[in-house]
Amino acid sequence: MAKHETPMLDQLESGPWPSFVSDLKQEAEKRAKNAAGVEFQIPQDAVEDLLGVLELSYKHGRTHWKHGGIVGVFGYGGGVIGRYCDQPQMFPGVAHFHTLRINQPGGKFYTTKYLRELCDLWDFRGSGITNMHGSTGDIIFLGTTTPQLEEIFYELTHKYNQDLGGSGSNLRTPADCIGQARCEYACYDTQALCYDLTNEYQDELHRPAFPYKFKFKFDGCPNCCVASIARSDLSFIGTWKDDIKIDQAAVQAYIGGEIAPNAGAHSGRDWGKFDIQKEVINLCPTGCMAMDGKTLKINNRECTRCMHCINVMPRALHIGDERGVSILAGAKAPILDGAQMGTLIVPFIEVEPPYTKIKEEVIEPIWDWWMEEGKNRERLGELMKRQGLQKLIEVLGVDPDPRMVQEPRSNPYIFWKEDEVPGGWDRDINEFRKYHQR
Amino acid sequence: MEYEEAKQLIVEQLTKKLKTKSKFYFNDLSKILDMKPRDAKKIVNKLVEDGVLEYWSSGSTSMYGMPGTGKQAHSEGED
Repeated sequence: MAKHETPMLDQLESGPWPSFVSDLKQEAEKRAKNAAGVEFQIPQDAVEDLLGVLELSYKHGRTHWKHGGIVGVFGYGGGVIGRYCDQPQMFPGVAHFHTLRINQPGGKFYTTKYLRELCDLWDFRGSGITNMHGSTGDIIFLGTTTPQLEEIFYELTHKYNQDLGGSGSNLRTPADCIGQARCEYACYDTQALCYDLTNEYQDELHRPAFPYKFKFKFDGCPNCCVASIARSDLSFIGTWKDDIKIDQAAVQAYIGGEIAPNAGAHSGRDWGKFDIQKEVINLCPTGCMAMDGKTLKINNRECTRCMHCINVMPRALHIGDERGVSILAGAKAPILDGAQMGTLIVPFIEVEPPYTKIKEEVIEPIWDWWMEEGKNRERLGELMKRQGLQKLIEVLGVDPDPRMVQEPRSNPYIFWKEDEVPGGWDRDINEFRKYHQR
Repeated sequence: MEYEEAKQLIVEQLTKKLKTKSKFYFNDLSKILDMKPRDAKKIVNKLVEDGVLEYWSSGSTSMYGMPGTGKQAHSEGED
């Protein structure tokens, strides 16, 4: 028998999709039975009270959570988000129900042992409810009480060599794709760069002093598996400078049907014979591909790295050899409105440890500018819009580049300054009036 | 600016504003200190470490306050 009646939540379970309500009920039941004999450090019925407070929120049409708080672990200004229920008598199990953000491993590679340890810790000292993963990529632990925070932090750091992630006006937990560990498209070692910058910028990650959140994301290639171009203030996307490598024999094998296109990803039904003209060449956004007899030709100067041809024919086409990264700035994806894609600011930079150029010539000047000029709760992308791309490229000390322009007139960066114009802004009005009537 | 001097300035200015608000953005603190954000951060970090300031976070935004001030401290039973 459930502790609280939840008719509205029960209805949510009736759909065809997996339901978080079913998951919560399962967890509530597991905690009630406690077959493993866990000495729960927070109320055993926390999950039942969570279901109860959610039902009440649905009934009232408004939330019963209080937002934010001063809770945290010593020395850290992020990683813990205070959550309190405003009906603590009715739902004592969730009166304090703080969230912890845990820095996910690079590329989200886990061992089952590590996952089990994390879950055991969370069953013991928290609600047992996790979110794998939050929007930023972190492992999210949902629901614990204030006295447990330092205990959890101690165990995470001392037993599992595991740090908290970022929250609040911090550098958020950097996120990367699986990169060269498993992907042949990766143009640089995303995990190495992500790990290095995470360590380098510990102060920014844990001690909030930015105007608002700031996110790094690392994509090994323009397929953008972690969606850095749309969701990170500074987006690192792998690219190459030379030509796409072509294996003409493999091209013919795709045409002849010996190799399945898209590595067999669409083999669930019969799509007919592979048609390179229709499925690859005609879909090239810049029209830079053509068949010359039996030879596939690519005008690489026109290639915009859309990745479509490489994705369709991975055994015939391969990323080039002169590899590096493009850096884009200013993306954000807020829940309500104002989503914005990143703007290219560094067309190409090499990615070699210790990444000094990336740190000193890109990241840090951008932070200095944003920390000084950014308004409270203003993302980098908003500052870029407010002060203009020209200001950002001045900050970076780079020359304007046609590749920074999204499309003609969308983000023009040329505004003459007085010292760049012979004679400055002063003019002789009488001389002007000789030729121009009022 | 010396640490002690900075500490006194922050406490004095934040106490003065307590009637209207108890939580402050980092920018407010660097303005009070009249320092560049990176330099101000070193002092603010130390003030947090020494318990003169404490963090407050909504989850998306972080602010600073003096321990025991504001409604939050009451509602969290930590004063």
